Amino acid sequence: MTPLANLVRRPIDPLDLLRRVASPANGAVILFLGAVRQVNEGRSVTGIDYQAYEVMAASELEAIVTECASRFGTDDVAVEHRLGELAVEDVSVAIAVGHGHRDAAYGASRWVIEELKRRVPIWKREHYTDGTREWVDPTGHGRAPATS
Amino acid sequence: MWNFRPRHSACTMQSPLMTVTVLLFASYADALGADSLALEMPRETTVTDVVAAVRARVGAERLPASPLVAVNLQYATGDRIVREGDEVALIPPVAGG
Repeated sequence: MTPLANLVRRPIDPLDLLRRVASPANGAVILFLGAVRQVNEGRSVTGIDYQAYEVMAASELEAIVTECASRFGTDDVAVEHRLGELAVEDVSVAIAVGHGHRDAAYGASRWVIEELKRRVPIWKREHYTDGTREWVDPTGHGRAPATS
Repeated sequence: MWNFRPRHSACTMQSPLMTVTVLLFASYADALGADSLALEMPRETTVTDVVAAVRARVGAERLPASPLVAVNLQYATGDRIVREGDEVALIPPVAGG
């Protein structure tokens, strides 16, 4: 298959991603799911809304899967990231990789999530049980309170 | 005289200024109270100059001194030239996944 990169506003279907990377050549298939965690840095989270600079995020995701294909030697790479309002346990990102061998499949899967977190312009605002909302800043350089 | 050509086309009589639209997202949009800003800038300005113009706006004190910037969907350094019609975006710390 051609590497697949999607931003979606519907629930992610992990089985669909697995079907997309299926191939008789693949002795290993890795599925990574990222989900909304109930507690983050000691605070109780009720949900997250994800926003993106959508045109650029789509372009960066596309570049990541294309680069992954050439680095790890497989075209069977599929990634979806969900945008909008998500509840605890909802899947926010899914990465499926098929490869002849497991070492490369694990490596490719890990590489895609790390690159995504490093360079794809997506932001998340956590909603807490006390009703407040804050944008998450993984760099730890302070959090800007949301206006609403 | 009437000039029906698009604003971004090459004109023989150019204004010394151009309008640069800067896109804002997430915490930066909250800080400045807007999703985008229209800034009057000299022609062929730089990313650093555009950031300085944004930082002069009310609320921008909550932005870092050197935020990440993208020009035409690519991350850009401060010395990158910005021309009329370029899409400039300030990118808060990304938090996908």
